[in-house]
Amino acid sequence: MSPRARQISCVVVLLGFGAFLVWGVLGLQDFGHWTGLYGRRVLKVASSERQVTNVVSAVNFDYRMFDTLIEELILFTSVMGVMLVLRHQRGEDPEPEHAAGDSEGFEDTTDGVRVLGVILIGVTLLLGLYIVVHGHLTPGGGFQGGVILGAAVLLVFLAGEFVTVRHLHPVETMETIEAVGAAGFAGLGLGGLIASSAAFHNFIWTGTSGMLISGGTIPLSNLAVGCAVFGAILILASELLEQALIVRR
Amino acid sequence: MNALQFVTIVMVCLASTVVVFTRDPLRQLMVAGIAGLLLAILFFSYQAPDVALSQIVVSTVAVPIMVLLALVHIKRDEGEHEEEDES
Amino acid sequence: MNHVPYLASAWLMLIGLYGIATSRNLIHMVLCLTVVQSSTYLLLLGVGYRLHATAPIYQGIVPGHRAVDPVVQALTLTDIVVEATVVALMLALAVVAHKRFGSLDPQKLRPLRG
Repeated sequence: MSPRARQISCVVVLLGFGAFLVWGVLGLQDFGHWTGLYGRRVLKVASSERQVTNVVSAVNFDYRMFDTLIEELILFTSVMGVMLVLRHQRGEDPEPEHAAGDSEGFEDTTDGVRVLGVILIGVTLLLGLYIVVHGHLTPGGGFQGGVILGAAVLLVFLAGEFVTVRHLHPVETMETIEAVGAAGFAGLGLGGLIASSAAFHNFIWTGTSGMLISGGTIPLSNLAVGCAVFGAILILASELLEQALIVRR
Repeated sequence: MNALQFVTIVMVCLASTVVVFTRDPLRQLMVAGIAGLLLAILFFSYQAPDVALSQIVVSTVAVPIMVLLALVHIKRDEGEHEEEDES
Repeated sequence: MNHVPYLASAWLMLIGLYGIATSRNLIHMVLCLTVVQSSTYLLLLGVGYRLHATAPIYQGIVPGHRAVDPVVQALTLTDIVVEATVVALMLALAVVAHKRFGSLDPQKLRPLRG
């Protein structure tokens, strides 16, 4: 099919689909008048039952923990897929000759970028840790803080050299951290099963609302998810970096 | 619905249309980052700060890192293909 | 005025699908996919909004204050994580496809032979 015919048929079909969509969407209730029953129930009950102030994280890690477990497994599987695809492709190519500490082919970064990077590493690390640990009190949580922590480690690459980064995060450590995070999350679910015959039941004593120790298993789930996402981001970046910086002679 | 939400919705639609019609991947990546930030402002005005944090982090940290590294890798592959063709 | 967010989400989905169908570059296709995914976030959050309500985070205010729907926000959070992982996997596949076939044009990819 020629590109022109493809374009025209695409527009025609999308117009039909669009008419259907608009008709469906106009049948929704007015914007701003929400009529859900499950959400109202959760709002009424969550802060007193679970002693957390961030109701969204209570829904994510307690009431709907099943969905979050599947989301963790999706993350895990996609990282595994990327590793398999890129390592298999790397295995097919002839082995390049580059020494372990070789940073040739990697242009020097300017001084401004390096200074800014060095300053920002500490700040970013602290911010990421704060967001992970306080996920059940204020907006934030495991996923957001995990990606920020991964970005902090990648700033080391930006501010320094590839050599330093290789000493700093061998791939085995990253894989271990990600696996520990994912297994810890599943382990919390099993703990609920053992403690009270309902999987993912919140079985640790919930403290007083507003303090760091509150919410039972919710802050622990935050930490597990933070570990898993931190490891995942670093594995993804290092797989692609490894690919991009191998030099052929 | 207040004025901030209305203006941000219009800007998100405009930015996403520009994202689709930019063909060069590197430029499209920058525009997609801007569209992601506008979407985060919209989420914030919908009283959803958790979702806005997530959107900022994914659309300006995770996706650009991965797309840029993929683009570097592809450029290197193209460079090697040319060397092989010449030799 | 009442249905503008829902219509915006429909527009985003349509324009993203058009971009995917007429794309000549695999990386361009991946970024158009993020546009389609953002249309679902808009629809989800639009359904759960409540006028004159605050965020469902009770730090510092009385629990029981009028708040927006938290369940829909949890679903959107999961959706954003899935977007990031899908982008990662598709970029890895694009890199391998370029290696195999020498071009990033989806109309030039031939079927794999054994």
